[in-house]
Amino acid sequence: MDKQVKGVLFDPLFNNNPIALQVLGICSALAVTTKMETALVMSIALTVVTAFSSLTISLIRNYIPNSIRIIVQLTVIASLVIVTDQILKAFVYDISKSLSVCIGLIITNCIVMGRAEAYAMANKPGMSFLDGIGNGLGYSLILLGVGFFRELFGSGKLFGIELLKTTTDGGWYYTNGLMVMAPSAFFLIGIMIWILRTVKPEQMEKE
Amino acid sequence: MARDSTGYTIGFAVVVCVVCGIGVAGAAVALSERQAENKVLDQQKQVLYVAGLLQPGQASKPEEVTALFEKNIRREVIDLKTGKPAQGVDMATFDQRRAQKDPATSTAAPDNAAKVFRLPNNALVYHVLKDGKTDMLILPIQGYGLWSVLYGYLALASDGNTVKGITFYQHAETPGLGGEVDNPKWKALWPGRKIYNDNGQPALAVIKGQAGPPESDPYRIDGLSGATITSNGVTNTIKFWFSKDGFGPYLDQFRKSQGRS
Repeated sequence: MDKQVKGVLFDPLFNNNPIALQVLGICSALAVTTKMETALVMSIALTVVTAFSSLTISLIRNYIPNSIRIIVQLTVIASLVIVTDQILKAFVYDISKSLSVCIGLIITNCIVMGRAEAYAMANKPGMSFLDGIGNGLGYSLILLGVGFFRELFGSGKLFGIELLKTTTDGGWYYTNGLMVMAPSAFFLIGIMIWILRTVKPEQMEKE
Repeated sequence: MARDSTGYTIGFAVVVCVVCGIGVAGAAVALSERQAENKVLDQQKQVLYVAGLLQPGQASKPEEVTALFEKNIRREVIDLKTGKPAQGVDMATFDQRRAQKDPATSTAAPDNAAKVFRLPNNALVYHVLKDGKTDMLILPIQGYGLWSVLYGYLALASDGNTVKGITFYQHAETPGLGGEVDNPKWKALWPGRKIYNDNGQPALAVIKGQAGPPESDPYRIDGLSGATITSNGVTNTIKFWFSKDGFGPYLDQFRKSQGRS
């Protein structure tokens, strides 16, 4: 794989993570991470939407009038999100039910529009597509990490499979109530950013 | 024409809107049949779960679910006020949730603690059949918990009083606390309890702490720890839907008809 492709695809994982460094897309990271399953579907949905919106925007980037570019980007993103939502409803009904409004809210996820505006407006379609995938993966990494801890400690399960038998089911594990509430995602993301910036001090903000 | 001229901008906006509109409409139309099937299937599954004919998580093909449903379950649309079978309602297309929202097919509900604001004129109930007779009645219930409306079904034995099962198929309560209404262990506490006391009033309630076994403590259910408001919501839901404003009239009719046969 040539170096540029590699950079576009994998930089967003650690070096330029959309959540940890760019601090975008936090809201959905709070809402859908109580369970691994919903976090995974959300990750896939967001990655697909970001990739295809970047691709589409990049394809028409030379034709978009500057004065309405944001609204054009939003129209494209919104259409893709609705189509994704429809597909989920048709093929994985149960999961789409548990995600409810969160899929629709991808429209407002800053990562999608951030990448369209910052990258796809100035780069070729192929690279923009990869940039979308890369950022989607960076988002997925954090989401699944947060989901892992929240589901494991909040309900003693992973992907719905019981690992720690909870007291409500007659076991020994007393579930951590904080983990199922949204604030725990803030703490977890904070800790992840802390670790990441300790390992990579260049990500620290200058005074 | 220059890229930033007004004419070009408007033209571009129109083209983008038309293309996106066609894409979205196309997807919605192409997938609508499948989505509708999923929705029906999901309802059938929920009814089968509460009837105990299907276990949640049990892998089953859509055809099997439908076959099981057709074989064991009879649908009935009733008039909520009189409790008699509804007149002039197409059972195949009747959608209670939609009917409840439409002012033409619903009325404002009397003040109630379950925070049900509108009552549909008609309701869809399910009969679980055994040897051609009603063995169980499944009634749709809904009420407000802490964060959200809980939608569910309650299964009653043919005496119209003994609970056979309960399930909530849609809610947004706190996972791990109020969300424990989904816990099979908690739902297993319901069968055998009674809705109505000797005076014919709905008496079943979710209490704080633990209740006894159904035989000696038929009107109380263990509370969900850490979820007092959701527990109260469930109590209010039961109290409302089994009062004279809810399924009271229908259950009166039902018990009469059972007495005859």
